[in-house]
Amino acid sequence: MEKIIYMDNAATTSVSDDVLSAMLPYFKGKFGNPSTIYSLGKDARSGIENARKQVAKAIGAKEKEIFFTSCGTESDNWAIKGAAFAGIKKGKNHIITSKIEHHAVLHTVNYLAKNGFDVTYLDVDHNGLINPEDVKNAITDKTALVTIMYANNEIGTIEPIKEIGKICREKGVIFHTDAVQAVGHIPVNVLEDNVDMLSLSAHKFHGAKGVGALYIRSGVRIETFMEGGAQENKKRAGTENVAGIVGLGKAIEIACENIEEKNKILSQKRDKLIDELLKIERSRLNGDRVRRLPGNVNISFEGIEGESLLLLLNMAGICASSGSACTSGSLDPSHVLLAIGLVHEIAHGSLRLSLDNNNTFEEIDYVVQEVNKIVKRLRDMSPLWERIIKGENK
Amino acid sequence: MNYSEKVMDHFANPRNVGEIENADGIGEVGNPKCGDIMKMYLKIENGIISDVKFKTFGCGAAIATSSMATELVKGKSIEDALKVTNKAVMEALDGLPPVKVHCSVLAEQAIKAALADYYTKRGIDPTPIVGEITEDCHDSGCTGSCSI
Repeated sequence: MEKIIYMDNAATTSVSDDVLSAMLPYFKGKFGNPSTIYSLGKDARSGIENARKQVAKAIGAKEKEIFFTSCGTESDNWAIKGAAFAGIKKGKNHIITSKIEHHAVLHTVNYLAKNGFDVTYLDVDHNGLINPEDVKNAITDKTALVTIMYANNEIGTIEPIKEIGKICREKGVIFHTDAVQAVGHIPVNVLEDNVDMLSLSAHKFHGAKGVGALYIRSGVRIETFMEGGAQENKKRAGTENVAGIVGLGKAIEIACENIEEKNKILSQKRDKLIDELLKIERSRLNGDRVRRLPGNVNISFEGIEGESLLLLLNMAGICASSGSACTSGSLDPSHVLLAIGLVHEIAHGSLRLSLDNNNTFEEIDYVVQEVNKIVKRLRDMSPLWERIIKGENK
Repeated sequence: MNYSEKVMDHFANPRNVGEIENADGIGEVGNPKCGDIMKMYLKIENGIISDVKFKTFGCGAAIATSSMATELVKGKSIEDALKVTNKAVMEALDGLPPVKVHCSVLAEQAIKAALADYYTKRGIDPTPIVGEITEDCHDSGCTGSCSI
């Protein structure tokens, strides 16, 4: 294998050279604890505050509304549990979410459901879209929080966040969005989108792993999640991951520069990949064709299983991902693919390729060629494919 | 998924893939909902498995265990083939990740289902010889790769 073709950018991205250069001084030279008063600590503090400025600017927020966390999952946990526990004090014990959320949201909400909260899990349509009217109809005077993802990590569908936010604002319900797949990939503005809380994660846009942020709109009161010292305006304790935070700031700044221009080229690459792969018989695109993340491709191939496909792609030097059942021991394939109405056997045979500006058209040609070969190879040895074909002849 | 070299070898270069025309016994186990189906074809001459082929829809471990199971029964007497357990398949593959143990069970069952079919075709009740065949999903998954 000479070269690795990385098409799993929705899973994580590499730290870019510019981000790494921005981070490096904070590991050794400017290593001070940002809570101290000497210059070494102040240097670290100013690194953090500069990053806060960069994040705030990127999403249209105020600096004091940005709180750094250890990852997107922590941001989701904090926002959801924080709003739920604040809500219960006011007699509100109802949470609204969707069936296609990331596990960071879904499992957090499940935890609350086990601990006495009422949860409404909204259905999505066959493209994974949530109907804002469903949100409206689900809200009661007991609703403490609505949490709906900005864009789906598996199928790339971009949700009508602005409309949902507007409804929540009118009803006076806190609205959180897990924007881990959206920030740095499509324009996001918390003011225009009527968002009260928003989670983001650095490693999805060429920052480092282990650092994220939560936007909390001024005036929105939620409980503290991490107890301890006075960091992050006494809202999130723990000595800051200074280098990680500095990297996040730099990464978000770079990612949001000329984002629409970059996306024009990226979506051309995406569309080429989709069109070429759909030429394979009995394949289907998962997710909305138009309201779609510019780098997301998710296609199901009948008669084959995802893990085998990924292993063979890996042997061809291609890194990708699938919606087949989890290594967690579950027999069920992706909850997202099931929620959009795929039957189990088709969901098992799905492939997610998530592109980035670094991917080239040449790489796309190679991936198309390899996927064609591998799908044929697996189908040739698949008794399920045999059944499908025979069924067709009947 | 952390597979042994042997698993990867049998996955990447599966032995005995295909079908046997006019097979003496055909067995199919698993179901598409769970993400794996194994189909085994046997040619039996004078009580000896003279040829065996398989087709599998499933994960890397499903394909590797099918391949190894065919290797283990090829050329054996029916009696010896019935002694090939899922444990033997796993050991021959230098082990399987815990969530994939189910695939080796399926491979054992596929061989037994093909032998049961052989007896049924000859008008002999297979159950006392082959035992019960579990054809459905088990409680542990056989497919891989997490959604991220």
